[in-house]
Amino acid sequence: MKADGIGARLARKEDKRFITGKGRYVDDVRVHGMTYAHFVRSPHAHARVKGIDISEAMGRPGVLAVLTGRELVDDKIGNLICGWMVHSKDGSPMKMGAWPAMAPETVRFVGQAVAVVIGETRNQARDGAEAVIVDYEVLPAAADIKAAIAPGAPQLHPEAAGNAVFNWSIGDDKAVDAAMSKAAHKVTFELENNRLIPNAMEPRAALAEYNEAEEHFTLHTTSQNPHVARLVLSAFYNIAQEHKLRVIAPDVGGGFGSKIFIYPEEMVALWASKKVGRPVKWTSDRTEAFLTDAHGRDHLTKATMAFDANHKILALRVDTHANFGAYMSLFSSSVPTYLYATLLSGQYNIPNIYAEVTGVYTNTAPIDAYRGAGRPEASYLLERLIETAARTFKVDPAELRRKNFITSFPHQTPVIMAYDIGDFNASLDAALKEIDYAGFPARKEKAKKEGKLRGIGFSCYIEACGIAPSKAVGSLGAGVGLWESAEVRVNPVGTIEVLTGSHSHGQGHETTFAQVVADRLGIPANQIQIVHGDTDKVQFGMGTYGSRSGAVGISAIVKAMEKVEAKAKKIAAHQLEASESDIVIENGTFKVTGTDRLMPLASVALAAYTGHNLPDGMEPGLKEGAFYDPTNFTFPSGTYVCEVDVDAATGKTSFVDFVAVDDFGRLINPMIVEGQVHGGLVQGIGQALLERAVYDNSGQLVTASYMDYAMPRAEDVPSFKLQHTTTLCPGNPLGIKGCGEAGAIGAPAAVINAITDAIGNNSLEMPATPDRVWHAIQSGRA
Amino acid sequence: MTIVTRKVSLTVNGKAVSADVEDRTLLVHLLRDNLGLTGTHVGCDTSQCGACTVHIDGRAVKSCTVLVGQADGSNVTTIEGLAGHNELHPMQAAFRDNHGLQCGYCTPGMIMAAVDMVRRHGGKLDEATVRQELEGNICRCTGYHNIVKSVLDAAGRMEMASAAE
Repeated sequence: MKADGIGARLARKEDKRFITGKGRYVDDVRVHGMTYAHFVRSPHAHARVKGIDISEAMGRPGVLAVLTGRELVDDKIGNLICGWMVHSKDGSPMKMGAWPAMAPETVRFVGQAVAVVIGETRNQARDGAEAVIVDYEVLPAAADIKAAIAPGAPQLHPEAAGNAVFNWSIGDDKAVDAAMSKAAHKVTFELENNRLIPNAMEPRAALAEYNEAEEHFTLHTTSQNPHVARLVLSAFYNIAQEHKLRVIAPDVGGGFGSKIFIYPEEMVALWASKKVGRPVKWTSDRTEAFLTDAHGRDHLTKATMAFDANHKILALRVDTHANFGAYMSLFSSSVPTYLYATLLSGQYNIPNIYAEVTGVYTNTAPIDAYRGAGRPEASYLLERLIETAARTFKVDPAELRRKNFITSFPHQTPVIMAYDIGDFNASLDAALKEIDYAGFPARKEKAKKEGKLRGIGFSCYIEACGIAPSKAVGSLGAGVGLWESAEVRVNPVGTIEVLTGSHSHGQGHETTFAQVVADRLGIPANQIQIVHGDTDKVQFGMGTYGSRSGAVGISAIVKAMEKVEAKAKKIAAHQLEASESDIVIENGTFKVTGTDRLMPLASVALAAYTGHNLPDGMEPGLKEGAFYDPTNFTFPSGTYVCEVDVDAATGKTSFVDFVAVDDFGRLINPMIVEGQVHGGLVQGIGQALLERAVYDNSGQLVTASYMDYAMPRAEDVPSFKLQHTTTLCPGNPLGIKGCGEAGAIGAPAAVINAITDAIGNNSLEMPATPDRVWHAIQSGRA
Repeated sequence: MTIVTRKVSLTVNGKAVSADVEDRTLLVHLLRDNLGLTGTHVGCDTSQCGACTVHIDGRAVKSCTVLVGQADGSNVTTIEGLAGHNELHPMQAAFRDNHGLQCGYCTPGMIMAAVDMVRRHGGKLDEATVRQELEGNICRCTGYHNIVKSVLDAAGRMEMASAAE
């Protein structure tokens, strides 16, 4: 293994700026003449806007403008859209309610903007916003799924009768019925997948500048996909044509999905910067983030799994209601459908699956992709079902899983996905060994003597990453292609810039992407600069989400590198008077194999740019690009097992051990991969034990600060034991599968299965707070 | 509406600084807006997340809980002033070496809080203590695993450095 190459635990190139305070996030950017925006937001979950009195606000010191939703609509700024078309099972299209960036008539969730104040300073904008008087006629609200589907429920959108976004299905209903009728055993389960708030530590922000002479906008924004932002802002929201809009996503402080979407605030900042003729900055405060960032999860599900007499799974039926919030966010429709129900086969041979998903509007913040996006919901459901089955059958939960594992590949599931490769026994075996499963009964006995309830819980997950190929997602309703681009520029001195359409907001691309190039050329990683996050620099790209940057983004770089290397070899062969097929790349040189004749990369590059002595007909320069479109999703999988102690007196859970064994295919930088798993695991543990977005019956978000929403702290979580098993993905050049979401997908079921094992009561919902666990212990005793 | 301003003088990263600010100005905003020290971040409105942690007279303090007036005359160190030019404090180096950061947003606050933690506990730090002491600093990326490793590693380095003095 090369020191800076693939597989090296190379310290991150980007770290120095972050540890010395030299990172450059959107709110750190200051420009001449900058003004500040503060939004006037609805305090009601559902209300009609009868009037807005801006006169007092306009008189406040430093207030430059107060702009309302009416003016935005009059200026023909487009409504926000959902870019993935899903059809109901009756063939009708999803019902997309109109969503203006500021509400001119009706507000449908607490925090929805109705006006914006532009001030000379942050405080003046805020003071001005406090002086805007909005006359609301309060309407009844439907604050959760059950309230929204109840007869007589308040209706959110005239387009969506019964607050139904769609009623979608997948799989064979009749085949599942037939299989169920022959089943020896059936396990039925109802559960909630709790609503979460992503909480990237950097709040969203936007800095919009308009150049009147050029009729050109520049937007600095906290985006995971600046090119998609530019496309949507120009094609659908009528802000500017694409070539008149530059979008820059500089250092971005975490995303977890929440920064994929285009939000009202950046639209308004752009529009306002032209209206007031000054740059406009908006930075979310944390409460605004809680109120307006797209939330995640929030499913109510009833499912039945049928088994034959030998405990082989025969069929699965799933009925899910998925909360969408008040409006359809950018990719919301894909999350509880194609990213959820297509993973309902898990790691198991399930010959018959049928799932029905009803999307529901509620008077709450919009819901969209959050780390895992649909896959954590599928995995949690399946892994609780199979654990419940094992307890019902009184068989070992690990062995019941093993008995039903898919063991031959490729494997076509009944729900679209075709798994290309995996070895589920390998990860289960490694996990059982690492946690010393054989020794568990003795440990449980010992814990019992110490007055603790000890439990162990499994979760065997599979997920689909690198969402693709474009043709397939297009046929499923996606409004975009899901390829990635790369451009490799070798400079005349032999240093290299790699421009990528992926976007790093914590994932360490500046290091891992450089390692791939360093590995191929045998040069130090510090000779390579990764450029991303600027639509003026990178031609196009689809950004980073769905654990796609390794499998898709790096693959595009490999494709571009192949072209660069082919041209460089031609130049070297010409100058060394050798056959092109005899040129090999070693330690940063182009060498005639079996000889000591060579040209350093820098000499080849210089030759390419001087053009003095190139093969006949060759263009000067050494720069190549590639667009890479995958052939399939990738399928990371693994086994998580955790051991917990529950204090029966308080219901408090503490971790004894947590083992995560993942198969991510090829690892570029294991240190970074492990970091991704740690972070995902803690978000999964957060969902299992701590986090829950709570709206009261009137639609007020009760958990709108860190005082009220339980973010995992260091003391709440353990250190982890990680292992990797490896089957290389056959679908991309390096065999990469993706690692960004696995932890959040696999962890919740492992934790809940361990707690329910410890307390002997399977009736427990997330988050398993001490209060809930204590009550479950009490009711289990009754 | 009357806005009251006052003149404050303090030392920031070894340099004397004075400014005319509104009474309601928080120290974090003086650092970021007036002094351009944008390494100190704002991650919440309720003094929970710790991204704004700096040292005032050697102690870790959340700079979003301090009015500038309260810091008048004090000695403030931010992440930018923790080590000399082109040098790394052992805590900074440990965060890099142990992959104790991902997006980097909570990192300056984590490092400033951790330096104070080591000052107070010295070599007596263990994993449980570090986790307990990090209660006031939230990270959403790392799952804390490598942050804890970084702090323990740095505590060892700082102990050795002070023993060598």
